[in-house]
Amino acid sequence: MSTAIKDTQKMIEEVLDAYPEKSKKDRAKHLAANDPSGQCSTCQVKSNVKSRPGVMTVRGCAYAGAKGVVWGPVKDQITVSHGPIGCGQYSWWSRRNYYNGQTGIDTFGTMHITTDFQEKNIVYGGDKGLDAALHELKGLFPLAKGIGILSECPVGLIGDDIEAVSKRVAKEFNYPIVPVRCEGFRGVSQSLGHHIANDTIKDYVLGKGQLDVSTPYDVALIGDYNIGGDAWASRKILEEMGLRVISQYTGDATLNEIAIATKAKLNLIHCYRSMNYICRHMEEEYGIPWMEFNFFGPTKTYDSIRKIAAKFDEKIQKNAEEVIAKYTPIMDAVVEQYRAKLEGKKVMLYVGGLRPRHTIGAYEDLGMEVVASGYEFGHSDDYKRTYPELKEGAVIMDDATLYELEEFTRRLKPDMVGSGIKEKYSYHKLGVPFRQMHSWDYSGPYHGFDGFPVFARDMDMTVNSPTWDLIRRKKA
Amino acid sequence: MIKIKDHNELFNQPDYQAQFERKKEFERPWPAEKVKEVSDWTKTEEYKELNFKRENIKINPAKACQPLGAVFCASGFDGTMPFVQGAQGCVAYFRSHLSRHFKEPFAAISTSMTEDAAVFGGLNNMIEGLENTYTLYKPKMIAVSTTCMAEVIGDDLNAYIKTAREKNVIPDDLPVPFAHTPSFVGSHIVGYDNMLKGILKALSEGKKGESNGKVNIIPGFDTYTGNYHEIKRLMALMGVEATLLADVSETFDSPNTGEYKLYPGGTPLPDAMDAVNATGTIALQRYSTMKTMDYIQKEWGQKALTLPMIGIKNTDAFFAELSKLTGKPVPAAIEEERGRVVDAMVDSHPYVHGKRFALVGDPDQLLGMMSLIMEMGGEPVHIVCTNGDKHFEAEANELLASSPFGVNGKVYIGKDMWHMRSLLFTEPVDVLIGNSYAKFLTRDTGTPLIRIGFPLFDRHHLHRYPIIGYQGALNLITMIVNTILDELDRNTIDTTSFDVIR
Repeated sequence: MSTAIKDTQKMIEEVLDAYPEKSKKDRAKHLAANDPSGQCSTCQVKSNVKSRPGVMTVRGCAYAGAKGVVWGPVKDQITVSHGPIGCGQYSWWSRRNYYNGQTGIDTFGTMHITTDFQEKNIVYGGDKGLDAALHELKGLFPLAKGIGILSECPVGLIGDDIEAVSKRVAKEFNYPIVPVRCEGFRGVSQSLGHHIANDTIKDYVLGKGQLDVSTPYDVALIGDYNIGGDAWASRKILEEMGLRVISQYTGDATLNEIAIATKAKLNLIHCYRSMNYICRHMEEEYGIPWMEFNFFGPTKTYDSIRKIAAKFDEKIQKNAEEVIAKYTPIMDAVVEQYRAKLEGKKVMLYVGGLRPRHTIGAYEDLGMEVVASGYEFGHSDDYKRTYPELKEGAVIMDDATLYELEEFTRRLKPDMVGSGIKEKYSYHKLGVPFRQMHSWDYSGPYHGFDGFPVFARDMDMTVNSPTWDLIRRKKA
Repeated sequence: MIKIKDHNELFNQPDYQAQFERKKEFERPWPAEKVKEVSDWTKTEEYKELNFKRENIKINPAKACQPLGAVFCASGFDGTMPFVQGAQGCVAYFRSHLSRHFKEPFAAISTSMTEDAAVFGGLNNMIEGLENTYTLYKPKMIAVSTTCMAEVIGDDLNAYIKTAREKNVIPDDLPVPFAHTPSFVGSHIVGYDNMLKGILKALSEGKKGESNGKVNIIPGFDTYTGNYHEIKRLMALMGVEATLLADVSETFDSPNTGEYKLYPGGTPLPDAMDAVNATGTIALQRYSTMKTMDYIQKEWGQKALTLPMIGIKNTDAFFAELSKLTGKPVPAAIEEERGRVVDAMVDSHPYVHGKRFALVGDPDQLLGMMSLIMEMGGEPVHIVCTNGDKHFEAEANELLASSPFGVNGKVYIGKDMWHMRSLLFTEPVDVLIGNSYAKFLTRDTGTPLIRIGFPLFDRHHLHRYPIIGYQGALNLITMIVNTILDELDRNTIDTTSFDVIR
């Protein structure tokens, strides 16, 4: 075992000492010093299992995964939060999945629509009310193309048959009404919600759209939720390469776009965690190949452009090189402008499904080093993809608790931390530069060539803000 | 230097605009004429009627759920960990929601119940959760509330906590108050009430003794940290020793010293325990403290007064009653403050008089705002309260009837911001008052928005300024009159009336 790994393991053990015995034993399986080979079984972290009660996990629930990530951004269907008021309220436009359209008329992304369960719904069931609610929605929003019903905890617990209601009303309305069984108590995190939502796309929408003309260059852009316009920045590159993006999943997506993905020649997936399921399905059922790509930071973007182009003919490959040649000087200039200010800075990441590994290259382009990384709801396949991206001895953390994040910060002394809103302000109090890496801190895009300059600017303003130096620390 | 374009300007560029056009081929949107036709229709009386007929769906409602109020309340006590029995996503949402409003960290615990708990009950989750919380986060008190999951399956908090004590996972003397807070009953203000009652009940048991001569003040579900500081300042001026029950001011507004404190402040537990011996209790909100005040009056045998403090008349009544309760006169300093604020109101009245207001928010805050607006000669016209009940409706109507400026006012309980949209199109007003989500109404209808309420996600630091007492009235007047003046400037920018002096 190398010294780097030994030192990190020792640190992890120290941090774990604060836990009661049972939780300590459990948490130990979720924390590891990175072995880039990812080979040895003991150095791999356990993932996608239940959080311990009472430890302040950062994780959300299946509903959050299905609504906040997969179905919520679909813009021309109405997404109903079916159940009590809270879930819909707290997830209301909190992920900034940008879209074009007239809200409340032909698009519905920034709306919070709920059946607002009362006690009588719990006692007598919510089916009747749901049926009536769907009819009210149809009357008020005649241009909606479909409705998604996302069930909250009580719906599953009281045994409502939302599938039957959906089926009946869908026939009447002649558009998809998609019952999504994403009750928050199902599974251990957001992750199951992604999977359930993917399955409903497969069962209710896929293959049912219209595309008049097909070309050999048709691709679908999967697993990009257009946070701060990310998907648009990615789409721009693909189009410049000569590809035709016929479908965007699910940021700024319409139901038709989702349906016609089956006509793509290749599925390109950015967030593997949330949408690999639908890609696998399309491969099995429709024979559409899929590949992962990474549009964070120039190095990974060039690399991905070439890998994507390699799936097509020489024309696309030539275009790809031209695109790279066009943007290289601009990217070099961005790096030149920011690298001097960021060189050697250490980063700690703790995010959701793709950023803990996808953004590593972008930080490295700026001369920064990621010393710790982990997922709220990653699976072992995510971690296997992550080990080789990080240096030996870097901390890998699965389902980290607030306590662990704080303790690792004290010991690793990162120059900046990238995580979510729940972590943001405790880092501000600690005086540790922080950036929200779920929502880009209301900035963005971060994807593609138009995104990287914004990413670089934001990391600079985070690490080098003079406000951190104003903090007058209490003397120990 | 490279000029960096982020989303705010990037997507207005011609290349992106062209991309959006190209994308339409796959989107299959409705024809533009059809969209325009429906859009125009949604602005009509006919649409309003249809909209007001709905009974089974809420669209952009202005309320949150009980457990959010409960964890907010619990966080107002020193060393207290809000602890939620139920599925874990809820707590992630409460933490995000409060952090987004206050721009502060917020700690709360979930017992992470999943399918097996749905079948077998959440006892094991509760026991392990309490053990982990106590060991790891060392609280002085753990305040337990529930999510809808625990409520639907019928978890018995009292029994579970007792079992946890018997199993010695928490010490006998650790206070563990609890409240059942189903999300399908009431809203965040009811959750606040239930938790506060639970905490006061647990802490005051066996503590009844001699009077301590103090006054308890309960702010209610009040998300203005400035209000808490203002209360403390005013009590000091009055020379009244007061205990703020559920003092969240430090929790959501602690100084930055390079140190993260899990429990930055809150009502000290000994003070909360001694609250039972106060001369009386004053609640500053009615609808978020009903059960608590009922409990205090009946069980503590105290004078329990509800005296909202938004606006001049309300604040006058507050000081008059406080003076009666404590036997202390209102000091000249407070009287002078009042005079200065009234002077400001007189100065500003021409821009507010006769202006029509639409308001959406929580019941207590709406009543306060209506009162203040009418004091200035403004007219509350549409009052939308998603979580208002019949009592609120009656009280609001009574308030409207008390002033000639209330004659155009109509109160809508159980309605939401999509109802408000119809109202704003069919019966326009001059100014809208509401939380950050009301900005969608401003976009659709062009009505200028004054952000008052919860949550305020899209503006910084508004909650740091008090809106209660005389100083609070001054802050509200400043916000109101200057919003009206901003709007006037916008509307007269190309006319001869673009005045400098107003």
